[in-house]
Amino acid sequence: MTYQKMFTAAAIAALLVAAGCGGGEKKEEAAKEAAPAAGGPVTKVDPATAATITGKVSFAGKAPAKRPILMDAEPDCKGLHATPAYVEEVVANANGTLANVFVYVKAGLEGKNFEPASTPVMLDQQGCIYKPHVIGVRIGQKLSVSNSDPTTHNVHPMPKANREWNQSQPPKGQPIEKEFARPEVMIAVKCNVHPWMRSYIGVVEHPFYAVTGDTGAFEIKGLPPGDYTLEAWHEKFGTAEQKVTLATSATQTVEFSFKGE
Amino acid sequence: MHRGLHRYAVFTACATFCLIIAGALVTSNEAGLAVPDWPLSYGSLTPPWVGNIRYEHGHRMVATFVGMLTIGLVYWLWRREERRWVRRLGFIALGAVIAQGVLGGITVLFLLPTLVSVGHACLAQTFFCITVTLALVTSERWNQPLEGSSPWTLPALTTLSIFLQLAMGAALRHKGFGIIPHLIGAGVVTVMVMATLYRVLSRHSTQRALVQPAAILAVLLVAQLLLGAGSYIVREATRDAAQPLPFMVWTTVAHVATGALTLACSVWLTLVCWLLHRREGQAVPIAA
Repeated sequence: MTYQKMFTAAAIAALLVAAGCGGGEKKEEAAKEAAPAAGGPVTKVDPATAATITGKVSFAGKAPAKRPILMDAEPDCKGLHATPAYVEEVVANANGTLANVFVYVKAGLEGKNFEPASTPVMLDQQGCIYKPHVIGVRIGQKLSVSNSDPTTHNVHPMPKANREWNQSQPPKGQPIEKEFARPEVMIAVKCNVHPWMRSYIGVVEHPFYAVTGDTGAFEIKGLPPGDYTLEAWHEKFGTAEQKVTLATSATQTVEFSFKGE
Repeated sequence: MHRGLHRYAVFTACATFCLIIAGALVTSNEAGLAVPDWPLSYGSLTPPWVGNIRYEHGHRMVATFVGMLTIGLVYWLWRREERRWVRRLGFIALGAVIAQGVLGGITVLFLLPTLVSVGHACLAQTFFCITVTLALVTSERWNQPLEGSSPWTLPALTTLSIFLQLAMGAALRHKGFGIIPHLIGAGVVTVMVMATLYRVLSRHSTQRALVQPAAILAVLLVAQLLLGAGSYIVREATRDAAQPLPFMVWTTVAHVATGALTLACSVWLTLVCWLLHRREGQAVPIAA
């Protein structure tokens, strides 16, 4: 082959690579992942016999120093905060409890199927921070991610058991709606445009979960009587488990405790 | 020799070095997936210039520029260069830069698979070595007669050890390996560079063409070891920070950039040794 021919072939290859790979953003594959087989009829929980778990997540010791977010290079983000913003990794409440703890029934519901969730779970981007920081969603339930900010974000969950995706979202753009096919506690969500942005999603097969807020309390209602394992997950302090036996119509109180420095 | 061609080749090598810095900025700022699509960015050539999009799209723009420079270099070599192997090396450079662009796209579209990301980093160093080689062999100095001889096996092995060390560094950055292989690699490279320096100074101390790259290589090695330790300490100290902090980013980027320079310097020394070896017993420079 002459050099002229070689050069022409290389130039054509370069053009093909440049032109053929266009098309903008990667589209989510049309076919969704097959969800695990539901298997069996829906379990109806009689409200007259349903039990409830209430409790709180207490926090002992000293909370780590708040980690500031540096938004100086991003005026669109910084302008939305009157006071400095901090990472929400450890939010210790004034009453000695801990916020952003995902509490869920880890075991005891095997073989039971429950009514599918009809309303989407909302996750918003406000001031270049995910709100809320921790959420729960059921398998097959819609997760609706919106962007209330005047800047571009990308939404990038990083699961291990589910399919990973990464999608851009323009300022105040249309919500992104997704579902997860497999249980996974927890899935970290990141914005690669603003690397401090992080949230966590707990994906479970049933509706029996809660996330603690500014009182540190949680309540899980409508459980059939039985023996359960309850798990509390925290981003920094890990997990804690408790066994619970629920009698008919009972309300059982459970307290988890995490320790700081 | 065509002086303009040499200057253009040097410029291409310098631009490639800047591209390596741009790539290191992307990784250090955790910006690799800030632009989810490829080859366009947010469906256009001018995406919103915010946050980490600056680093990722900036990297793509520098890469496009280097790609264009490479096409120009190949064309110039094809028209003006007499040595067949140099013209072939130009085509290899073009193939490497195209493959590098495609690998970069795959890393984005497949969400940073470790093997592909490490391959992208290694091919970047390989392409930089090719551009440095083209810059060297198109120089007038390259074609001037040199005296003496030198075996090129040791510097070639040193170059290989540096390349493998850079690959392990890339694997560390992309979470493919832990720190241990990189530390062992640092020890191996230190021994190899010191052995090479000792060989040059003990046997070829009057040959400036060998002493110069060997001395620079040793200086770069010391700087690289200090930067490596520094970047590790800074990274550990800022592990709990909300985001990559500028001091950590620039220390790490300097470590990557100095690694590339160390490799390039070792390639330079190896090429000179190879040239001397080839010319041993010959009175005239290699023409073709």
